[in-house]
Amino acid sequence: MTAEALDATGFAGPHGAKPKQLSWGRVGIYAFLVIAALFFLVPLYVMLVTSLKSMPEVREAHIFNLPREPTIQPWIDAMFNACTGRNCTGLSPGFWNSVKITVPSVIVSIIIASINGYALSFWKYKGAEFFFNLLVFGAFVPYQVVIYPIIIGMSKVHLFGTLPGIIIVHTIFGMPLLTILFRNFYSSLPIEIFKAARIDGAGFWQTFFKVMLPMSVPITVVAVILQVTGIWNDFLFGLVFAGTENIPMTLQLNNMVKTTQGTIQYDVNMAATMLTALVPLIIYFVSGKWFVRGIAAGAVKG
Amino acid sequence: MTDVATTAIAVEAPARRKRRIPYAAIIGTLPMIIVSFSVFFVAIIFVVIWSFTNSGMFPGFNFVGLAQYTRLWSTSLWQVAVNNIWFFGVMSLCVNLVFGFLLAVFMDQNIKHESVFRTIFLYPFSMSLVVTGLAWQWILDPNLGLQESIRNLGWTDFALAPLVHRETAIYGLVVAGIWQGSGVTMAIMLAGLRGVDQEVWKAAKIDGIPTWRTYLFIVIPMMRGALGTVLLLQLTGIVRTFDLVYAMTSGGPGIATQMPAMYVISFITVRLNVGQGMAAATMLLLPIALILIIRAIVTTVQARRRGINA
Amino acid sequence: MQTSVSVKNLTLAFGAVKVLEGLNLDVGTGEFLVLLGPSGCGKSTLLNCLAGLLEISEGQIFISGKNVTWEEPKDRGIGMVFQSYALYPQMTVERNLSFGLRVSGMPREEIEKRVARASEILQIQPLLKRKPAELSGGQRQRVAIGRALVRDVDVFLFDEPLSNLDAKLRSDLRVEIKRLHQRLKNTMIYVTHDQIEAMTLADRIAIMRNGVIQQLDTPHAVYNNPVNLFVAGFIGSPTMNFLNGRIDGSTFSIDALNIPLGNYKFEKDGVGKLDGILGVRPEHIAVGEDAKKMPFQLDSEIEIVEPMGSDTVGWTKVAGQSVTFRCSSDIPLAPGQKITIGFDPARGSLFDAQSGVRV
Repeated sequence: MTAEALDATGFAGPHGAKPKQLSWGRVGIYAFLVIAALFFLVPLYVMLVTSLKSMPEVREAHIFNLPREPTIQPWIDAMFNACTGRNCTGLSPGFWNSVKITVPSVIVSIIIASINGYALSFWKYKGAEFFFNLLVFGAFVPYQVVIYPIIIGMSKVHLFGTLPGIIIVHTIFGMPLLTILFRNFYSSLPIEIFKAARIDGAGFWQTFFKVMLPMSVPITVVAVILQVTGIWNDFLFGLVFAGTENIPMTLQLNNMVKTTQGTIQYDVNMAATMLTALVPLIIYFVSGKWFVRGIAAGAVKG
Repeated sequence: MTDVATTAIAVEAPARRKRRIPYAAIIGTLPMIIVSFSVFFVAIIFVVIWSFTNSGMFPGFNFVGLAQYTRLWSTSLWQVAVNNIWFFGVMSLCVNLVFGFLLAVFMDQNIKHESVFRTIFLYPFSMSLVVTGLAWQWILDPNLGLQESIRNLGWTDFALAPLVHRETAIYGLVVAGIWQGSGVTMAIMLAGLRGVDQEVWKAAKIDGIPTWRTYLFIVIPMMRGALGTVLLLQLTGIVRTFDLVYAMTSGGPGIATQMPAMYVISFITVRLNVGQGMAAATMLLLPIALILIIRAIVTTVQARRRGINA
Repeated sequence: MQTSVSVKNLTLAFGAVKVLEGLNLDVGTGEFLVLLGPSGCGKSTLLNCLAGLLEISEGQIFISGKNVTWEEPKDRGIGMVFQSYALYPQMTVERNLSFGLRVSGMPREEIEKRVARASEILQIQPLLKRKPAELSGGQRQRVAIGRALVRDVDVFLFDEPLSNLDAKLRSDLRVEIKRLHQRLKNTMIYVTHDQIEAMTLADRIAIMRNGVIQQLDTPHAVYNNPVNLFVAGFIGSPTMNFLNGRIDGSTFSIDALNIPLGNYKFEKDGVGKLDGILGVRPEHIAVGEDAKKMPFQLDSEIEIVEPMGSDTVGWTKVAGQSVTFRCSSDIPLAPGQKITIGFDPARGSLFDAQSGVRV
């Protein structure tokens, strides 16, 4: 070994940490991800900047430019003044309708589904699996298929086009997924907890309320997220079942945007769209990881 | 215990006991029993029955055989709708799967700010399809949207306004659908990728298998669960396609972007021809029924192969 | 002996599959009975039947002289301890202990008294206000035992209670359960797959296989007089050596090698000639000088040596069949070394090669 082969530290050949190099591969990965991120962000950005512009500026058609004179007037108009046909109330009635529909629907559907999941996991009676399999099947049935018989049934009991009616509809169509969700959760708990409760003498409801329910916080959070966004974003059931008194925000938004008289107020329309998306967006950003978990949990069927 | 005592008790208790019925559980699940039976069983039977009648504004039981189906398949609106759902479905499914998988793979490369990217890719899923449709309609607006904006930059013959042309409108829908849904695909696929045993990666590395090959031939076959989930999610979503089209194109221009689900709704709400609507609804049920039957067969075969584990 | 738990002709079937069939078992008052067997042998299933957590298909179960076949678990006079502890995660230790008593609507003072007594016996008073998540594995299992204790019942059921613990804790808690049994003198039925737990704790062991009790006897008898090949092979570590050969009156022959059976006590006289298996425990085989005192001796060559610390396990061959022996670690052994081994056939076990039953 010659003296030249040794460097200052006295080692020959590679030694110590391998020198880091920024490979083209890494650059490519980040380039792909950034471009993809831009694709996902553009609509939100465009909606946001447009909603803060005044109409003359919108007509210049520079959709990417930031507003020269930002104004929140379109947002105020969208919420309180914009017209749907001759009805100039903005989206606020739709907003309150959506609240009135979403809150009870979420509560009722989750209560029912959690009892279902609990019973299916621990108290299987003869025939329980049959009904559960029907529900699983229901999770795959396109809503449009069974809407008509439900309309007929609802009319028969005079609930068609009423608030309780649409709450029932949301409960019905939320049941398959939520029941699967809760059943999978309770089935994943150690069965020994249930056995211990039986030996302690707790019955169906006592075990549910005192032992199982307090353990169900995580899955309930997931279910709430799933249901709030799902019901808030619903369009079809609102269209068919809500009736003119209770049209939800999404439906009112669509009507507002589609039935403008005279010049189309794009800035107000964009503000209205943002407003409608706001509730689920806030839930998404606040809940973060839980939302992802909800998707994964909801996606794992059967 | 003495023999006497044993026999005495044995007389009082028969050897076979009757099954205890958990009444509380049945009462607790009454909503499930009612809903699953009436909505997902009885209602569907009624749908099928009505599809064989000439029900008009109100449902009746005047049977006309397959007349509604003959009429359905000879209606150009339905034909267009079926073509559209095939085209839209295959396109969205392929792009969604490929794009979602690529995103997941790229996200899996030890990325800085992974959670930021994840948040960005996934947020559209929290938005309703109506909002998605309206937002993309605005961006693709020929006069004020992307096209005009780029023309204003000096590229005066730039053309990107798919929604106003019959032939291209459906591509606009696909883009919006991908935008809304591929983040979920990414999230599920990423979870699937992360679920693959790390030692498989180590083994592949020691064997000198290139990364892309490892993904393609080792990892993808190992994440069948995630793939199945994504597929199921996308397929059920596609058959239901309604809100997005309703908000973005209302089925237009003309009838260029009509969908089967819209056909059903329009026949039961606006056109008031129940028999025809139910025939279309029955057709919607067909692919789902097929998938479920195949699934049921597969699971029973698997269960039988595994045997019964007590 | 007074009977505390009695199982008569118990059958449990899931559809067409019979997990337990025609099973009979009597457990004496104050007895510590261990149900031992490989996984899937039905031991936990039997315990769940006793607890009333599984509904049986046929037969009867008596606990403390009362027919409890149709009773709810809570009314059977039993307490149960589970492998996964099964503590209610959202309740404090105190509430975990008292939950069953509160459900049954017991007066507050009585509940407090019982919880105090149980926590004193198990020395978990400092933990009463904590939640299960804040406890170590050993502490959790103590609380789980406490939950059975407060019920003030005659019969305790343990379902592999120590299997989730590490080796050190397991042996500590094992001693503690034994101490508990000596103090309370309750009937205890204990399911495990760990033969050391079974040997150390049990008054009697029931060894199960495929839903059938193979042998029900004291640890000593099970170890020394296994009734069949399965029990012989299941108990003891390293496992018993099995030599295939032929029984001819008072001789056991493997090819040209003849082993005189000497004072071996046959189950019945006049066995005659049959293909047999001679089982010899590794610890009953002597080497070197000790071997010279044995009725049967043989020169052999060592193949493998496994030093265990306190003793050494060696591998060799007898008439071409592999044999392990266990000897003091003071005896120097090396592979290839020629040694003399010896054993007393009277201490061994003879089985019918066909049926596997002891002869």
